[in-house]
Amino acid sequence: MYLKRNLSILFLLLCIVIIFALIKGAVNIPLANLLFKDNQVIFNLRLLRVLAAILVGSGLAVSGIALQAILRNPLAEPYLLGTSSGAGLSAVVAVILGVSRIYMPLAAFLGAVLSILIVYNLASEKGVIAGKSLILSGVIISVAFSSVIVFLVSLFGNEAMHEMNWWLWGSLQVYDYKLLLLVALPVILGICVIYLFAQDLNAISLGEEEAVHLGIDTQNIKKIIILITALITSSLICICGIIGFVGLIIPHMMRLIVGPNHKILIPTTCLAASVFMVLCDLFSRTLFSPLEIPIGVITALIGAPVFVFLLKKGKRI
Amino acid sequence: MSILLKINNLYGGYYQEDVIKGLSLEVNQGDFLVIIGPNGSGKTTLLRLVTRVLAIKKGKVFYKDKNIVQMNLKEFCRKTAFVSQDIGTDFSFTVKELVLMGRIPHLKRLQFETKRDIEIVQEKLRATDLLDLADKCIDELSAGERQRVLVARALAQEPELLFLDEPTSHLDIGHQIQILDLLKKLNRVNNLTIVMILHDLNLASAYANRIALLDKGFVFKEGHPKEVLTYKNIEAVYKTIVLVDNNRLTGKPNIVLVPGEK
Repeated sequence: MYLKRNLSILFLLLCIVIIFALIKGAVNIPLANLLFKDNQVIFNLRLLRVLAAILVGSGLAVSGIALQAILRNPLAEPYLLGTSSGAGLSAVVAVILGVSRIYMPLAAFLGAVLSILIVYNLASEKGVIAGKSLILSGVIISVAFSSVIVFLVSLFGNEAMHEMNWWLWGSLQVYDYKLLLLVALPVILGICVIYLFAQDLNAISLGEEEAVHLGIDTQNIKKIIILITALITSSLICICGIIGFVGLIIPHMMRLIVGPNHKILIPTTCLAASVFMVLCDLFSRTLFSPLEIPIGVITALIGAPVFVFLLKKGKRI
Repeated sequence: MSILLKINNLYGGYYQEDVIKGLSLEVNQGDFLVIIGPNGSGKTTLLRLVTRVLAIKKGKVFYKDKNIVQMNLKEFCRKTAFVSQDIGTDFSFTVKELVLMGRIPHLKRLQFETKRDIEIVQEKLRATDLLDLADKCIDELSAGERQRVLVARALAQEPELLFLDEPTSHLDIGHQIQILDLLKKLNRVNNLTIVMILHDLNLASAYANRIALLDKGFVFKEGHPKEVLTYKNIEAVYKTIVLVDNNRLTGKPNIVLVPGEK
């Protein structure tokens, strides 16, 4: 069984990157001094970022896996349902209306949920969801919302622009650990539920007819999966804004490495995406320290070459 | 002989147009029924209706005494299984993983496979001569091997009735015979009832104990191969001239195509 071996390797990797993420930064703390009282504040801040990275990586990657399986579309990703532009638009509107910073996550969450509802309703006909219309509706809503964002930004200028950038390029700066805990609950729960559907996802990834022949109620499963991934992404947007690439590429990468069986794919992807995100966050903080580069930029810059390499090599290991 | 599947005045198809228009047919326990008919006569649509992929518009289908629409889908898939022409290879599952999916109808929600399920998979891999390929990815297999994997998966469902939609269409003659011999053996030894679409009339003649000839959404003629495969029936439905004689080896009808120049 390769599963145990792969999981152990990934777990070890995760431990290593976590240690690096804790000691490196604007101030480097030697490993031995990490738990000293003097370093408590920095340690706590960095630990929160690490936890956020793990949560965001796992949540987005597992959502991507599930959506790619039910839609059998390699371009499916967690923000497929217009989530990102919905959240962005809502945040920008909130800034313009002068809403207090504390309510920003809530505004983003509501925007994400709203756009998901619109896309879902556009795509369903008599209670039946067709994959293609879902993807198209998502694209249409994204484009429409994005243009409204740009329109508002050009009218209201700098402040809205700054807020827009924060949401659209993402950051793992955690302002409030309570918010992190609040978000962790639906995300972890959502990942677990998706894992319970692992065998159904296997069957559906062969095609909807095939799945029906294996006794699977594909319409219901599709709805459940869409709902859960929507919940995961909307929750994550509250703490980190939009972080692209993770939910699209990490699933493909792991499929190339461990194969398409979701029982293996989901746990290994959780670990791999966590490693990836912790690493990306470390780079975003340290490369041009004290300047922080938006994490979305880093995820794309690291992810793209790694993915190309795997695509060319293209074998299970 | 008991009736396993009873199709009663069935209507159904796509969008507004019905492809199957008032079709009735019975499948007996132990049958090796082959469905033949020209393109567009409704063979595949019929199978998609009776396997619950398409919604039935009018008429009823009974499995034993139960209306299939009222059966739980998983229960239905424990009784019947379906083998398609080929399988997409976008997701490169291993042979074992794919055959294990045949156990899905036997699992409750939130239940993972047990040792017993793994044993059944192993047994079906042996029956289809796939043990050596068990850990290969399906995209590494030949079309003939992939077809055997699909049969193995269907067998893992432990069905009483097996539907197949042209299982030999992508195969050379050697692999065609291999698959059909395997099915014949399952039919004889394990008393598995088989309903299969075939295009090749001579293969239908060689393996079927009953043939249903479809035309324009109806059963044009149904019965023993000798009753169905007459030159009159074939000419009427396929609109082409054929010569029917007896196969020297099996004594069954042998259809000879007659090329013509107009």
